[in-house]
Amino acid sequence: MKASHAERAAAFASDVPHARWHDTALWFVRVKRDRAAASVPEWERLRDTASGIKAHTLSRLADYLEEFEANARKNGIQVHWARDGAEHNRIVGEILERRGVKLVAKSKSMLTEECGLNPYLEARGIEVVDTDLGERIVQLAGEPPSHIVMPAIHRKKEEIGELFHEKLGTPAGLSDPKTLTEAARQHLRRKFLGAQAGLTGVNFAIAETGGIVVVTNEGNADMGTSLPPLHVASMGVEKVIPRARDLGVFLRVLARSATGQPVSTYTTHFHGPIRGGEMHVVVVDNGRSDILARENFRRSLSCIRCGACLNTCPVYRRSGGYSYSYLIPGPIGSVLGAQRDARAHGSLPFASSLCGSCSDVCPVKIDLHHELLALREDIAARGILPFGKRVAMRFGSFVLRHPALYRAAGRAARFVLRAFPSAARLGPGGAWARQRELPAAPPRSFRDLFRAASREERP
Amino acid sequence: MSSRETVLSALRRASARAVPRPEDPEPTRFDDPVSHFLEMVKAVGGAASRVRDMAALDAELASLPAWAQAKKAVSLVPGAGRSSLDLASVADPHELEGLDTAVIAGEVAVAENGAVWVPGRNLGPHRAVFVIAEHLVLVVPAVAVVSSMQEAYARIEIERPGYGLFISGPSKTADIEQALVVGAHGARSCTVFVVG
Repeated sequence: MKASHAERAAAFASDVPHARWHDTALWFVRVKRDRAAASVPEWERLRDTASGIKAHTLSRLADYLEEFEANARKNGIQVHWARDGAEHNRIVGEILERRGVKLVAKSKSMLTEECGLNPYLEARGIEVVDTDLGERIVQLAGEPPSHIVMPAIHRKKEEIGELFHEKLGTPAGLSDPKTLTEAARQHLRRKFLGAQAGLTGVNFAIAETGGIVVVTNEGNADMGTSLPPLHVASMGVEKVIPRARDLGVFLRVLARSATGQPVSTYTTHFHGPIRGGEMHVVVVDNGRSDILARENFRRSLSCIRCGACLNTCPVYRRSGGYSYSYLIPGPIGSVLGAQRDARAHGSLPFASSLCGSCSDVCPVKIDLHHELLALREDIAARGILPFGKRVAMRFGSFVLRHPALYRAAGRAARFVLRAFPSAARLGPGGAWARQRELPAAPPRSFRDLFRAASREERP
Repeated sequence: MSSRETVLSALRRASARAVPRPEDPEPTRFDDPVSHFLEMVKAVGGAASRVRDMAALDAELASLPAWAQAKKAVSLVPGAGRSSLDLASVADPHELEGLDTAVIAGEVAVAENGAVWVPGRNLGPHRAVFVIAEHLVLVVPAVAVVSSMQEAYARIEIERPGYGLFISGPSKTADIEQALVVGAHGARSCTVFVVG
């Protein structure tokens, strides 16, 4: 098992000013989301509809994918199917190698992160340039993204200035976001002009029309796909939606939930290759059919990757993306990661206060906090809880089943907390109290008070 | 069994009983969608104004620095400005690098978010023109302004001619410390004229 969420979070939280900055920056995005949502009177009905369209689509996913494939073929798009990440990488690699591609301009795709496409292609001598600014920053730093919409949110501008100085040869000491963005624009423009293929993800695939939609603010997906003659798009099976008019619903909630914008700058609809070129779509399962088969967790496949649940999550904001062992952090990543590999990501469902804020902001109404709780039960039932938690749970359960023992434990705790208040912070059981001031323990329990009051009332 | 069959049959096995699709909600309609649209374009970092007719547009364009000061400029809107570059003579879209300004016609404009639908047929021979240009000018008729994205999709055919996009304001990023910077990869400015 990898380091637990709590262990990694402690490292992030030890830099107090930076952790506080991270918390505030993400809360600011959440506030912008609230304002954008409030500007649409029918917001809640839109969420209901978006959620309903996804539930409907998931109940007929294979049919809609076949319809998408047939219509995409009519549009001249070549459709490929991949059971898992390795097959996806092989397909993309073959398409690129057959055309002698040496440099590809890639726009954001969490699926390709999931499949490990970049290292696969690089091992075959193909240079992959992530062209989203945030993704380019983490790529140059040799890191994975720490947020699905804002990949470099964990980095300070001074660090980015240092990184650009080292990797792009900009003057030392730059920290102005405008200057740094301009430097990246110039650097990436050269890459765009040199690329022989563009790789993108897919925000939506439309069954009825056989096309895909890709959304960006920077225009990097557009630059990447409108210069070279080859476009390869990777999509998970859950990205298909039935009809063009469904886009009207999803696009009204996506950017508002993600960044508080009324819509992203570029919402590009691809229904065929560029003139004289080729377009490929790779449809990937990689464990999604397993999630679909689990009724309690099926709804997590509705995710449109807006990141709202990350921005609102009190745990994510205070612990950063790298505290999560799965590549998608925050509540949705904890749900997806723990289903993919409950042993490797077993601590993630516990990285939540179950406050339910994630479920409340989700534009497709995934019952995230219920799924997190169900995953905890699942992990306990499979006997893979960490030793400390397992013992504590057994002990707790035993005490709660024996009233006399429960009362004795209460008396003991009240005495110890009054005599030695700092005792609560000691030992493995003290994690919860370590950053809190506990209230003074009352001298008597509720039960004692209730009994005394009942006696007085009696005539 | 092919991967296609494996994936599809796994999904069929996993799918539960059919869930009916919901009805779409009625979108809010603005009393004056044009003025709301102009406001929203400004809110997303663009510039916007309404002109009476094409002659007025031509005059406005002549005084727009992004057009007047451009060395290499293209207008794909008949009657608006004169191009200094003939797109038909450009064999390869890479040659468009260095294009200062492009003027492009939109088909539908959306008041709720300042977006303009540009079908591929309005982009000339190279679709890169809208994103490679340093500055972008969009032109839409006032009658083409609708209130919401839902209304917009009722009006457009996304599959024809194989390419099309909504553009809302200039290219932007907030990837460095959440500071909004305009001009990430695409146009550094986006000016929208509503005609009529």
